[in-house]
Amino acid sequence: MTEAQTISGADPHYNYGYLDEQTKRMVRRALLKAVAIPGYQVPFGSREMPLARGWGTGGIQITAALVGPADCLKVIDQGADDTTNAVSIRNFFARVTGGRTTQKTAEATIIQTRHRIPEKPLRADQILVYQVPQPEPLRKLEPSEVETRNMHAWEEYGLMQVRLYEDIARFGHVATTYAYPVMVNERYIASPTPIPKFDNPKMDMMPALQLFGAGREKRVYAIPPFTRVRSLDFEDHPFTVQSWDKPCEICGSRLSYLDEVIVDDHGARIFVCSDTDYCEDRRADAASLGEGA
Amino acid sequence: MYVAVKGGEAAIDATHGLIAQERRGDPATPELQTRQIREQMKLAIARVMNEGSLYDEDLAALALKQSQGDSVEAAFLMRAYRTTLPRFGSSRPVDTGAMAIRRRISATFKDLPGGQVLGPTYDYTHRLFDFALEEGGAQAPLQMAQEPLAATMPRVPDILGDEGLLEAEEAPAGDPSPADITRDPAEFPADRDVRLQMLSRGDEGFLLGLAYSVQRGFGGNHPFAGEIRMGEVSVLYTPEELGFEIDIGDITLTECQMINQFKGSQEAPPQFTRGYGFAFGHSERKAMSMAIVDRALKGRDLGEGAEFPAQQEEFVLYHCDMIEASGFVEHLKLPHYVDFQGELELVRKIRQEQAERKQRVAAEQAP
Repeated sequence: MTEAQTISGADPHYNYGYLDEQTKRMVRRALLKAVAIPGYQVPFGSREMPLARGWGTGGIQITAALVGPADCLKVIDQGADDTTNAVSIRNFFARVTGGRTTQKTAEATIIQTRHRIPEKPLRADQILVYQVPQPEPLRKLEPSEVETRNMHAWEEYGLMQVRLYEDIARFGHVATTYAYPVMVNERYIASPTPIPKFDNPKMDMMPALQLFGAGREKRVYAIPPFTRVRSLDFEDHPFTVQSWDKPCEICGSRLSYLDEVIVDDHGARIFVCSDTDYCEDRRADAASLGEGA
Repeated sequence: MYVAVKGGEAAIDATHGLIAQERRGDPATPELQTRQIREQMKLAIARVMNEGSLYDEDLAALALKQSQGDSVEAAFLMRAYRTTLPRFGSSRPVDTGAMAIRRRISATFKDLPGGQVLGPTYDYTHRLFDFALEEGGAQAPLQMAQEPLAATMPRVPDILGDEGLLEAEEAPAGDPSPADITRDPAEFPADRDVRLQMLSRGDEGFLLGLAYSVQRGFGGNHPFAGEIRMGEVSVLYTPEELGFEIDIGDITLTECQMINQFKGSQEAPPQFTRGYGFAFGHSERKAMSMAIVDRALKGRDLGEGAEFPAQQEEFVLYHCDMIEASGFVEHLKLPHYVDFQGELELVRKIRQEQAERKQRVAAEQAP
């Protein structure tokens, strides 16, 4: 048994970071193994959390196991800090750690994310924690866990290449726009989680540590800093990312991932940055430039 | 100019207030006391304790009150609480053979040592409304039995004799400590300890449906209810600092032993095999369903194949946990617009390319 750690501002009814210290250590051990074998899915004793399965319990457990009083936490969902579930998770950590939270990518030491990688490049002193609904990239091809573990062990990835090929044969494109499979360190195929394939290139040689937590499926995996991450493709059908004809309606960016917003009853639509912090920063910069002029 | 939607934080605060009001209902009616739920909603309490994986009637009552009677939500509250509890040790295995019996029936023997004990059951009630309950009905007087129950009530599989007719169930070599699915993730193929743990916290409705499918022929072998027993057992625990065993209280359990025919194979002569069900509280439907599914999943060891859903271990065990299932299904309520945007873009692109191809072909074919 461990003594409950409390610091000012944290809910005194729960241990610092909600999980008990033994459990945090178990999670950290699993993470160390994951970092040592990039892309390999490590089973871990996933605990029930007070948030529902499928709502980020894997990411929450990783964050809970890592977060300390010196950390500053940012939580995003679909790129935005103010989506309801991001708010809920950020409030949860504010309650059980009493610690600092931020909406600024640059200020955060830990960024927990669902479905996006921030547009602003991450640094070596930051950790990106992904919430993972389905850690197994081969699951849609093979429903059995026993089989898919064997496939990874033997590096039997032909099935995945065949699926991509069939897409190209039928549609002229790989018909996967998110959770686009990646090869990590030229050994394990891993799921980048349902981030848009637009974000895949950011994973490659990223200076920040990338950790992945699947609470319901009880797996963690990792991509250590500066690791090669390659999106699967063919020589004659190279991997490409989405692009938009129009810039962000708010900040004018042509480089960011855009969400489509329907603005009237006739289906008229505009596009805005999915990364709200990036978008706000650009507007602030533009405004200060305007003042200086 | 377009302004991005904001206000998730305020909306969350407001919805918490609203759900509390919904839960309370009309303030003119007296508020439900958790004690009333605990005493008068016993079967709901049992279900919440089973699927919440925590034996605590008071907390289960609070969970039901807090969740407006939603048993999945209530079980979720139990799980989220149990995960924070320190683990200070393991009890001795409970001895259901020494259960203080309140109900014990066997469908395979007309009479047996200890006799059939009907106990409390809805089985033979007519499902007609008792409108008197609306106004607080008068209780029918209880009848005392003419003689006390037998002091010992052996379990049916234990009295079937040594003929070898019934599959022996023995601890694995060395009698190791059982797995603990709350600490270590289940691995597949799963051993029986893992399977039984997962089934015992599995959703009653899901297991009932699977058990029914087995009976209807999707994995058919006909089960007999060898015995169902319900009553109280003592929980014995040896605190390290004491060094001797103490009785830390009684819990109510339901246990079911199903007996199924097995035709035998080239190596094994025909015999009866067993399925085991175990649940907190008075939970017969759950215990019976669990026993049937446990037996269906034994197929692997008996060389029966796994053609049908109830025989497929990963299918059954991964999907019977309603806390995990409801969380994942309901997470579809979370925004997915980033992914949907990717799909929109792809579908538009493919459609456009197709249209262009058609135009091109039409233009080429035009004279």
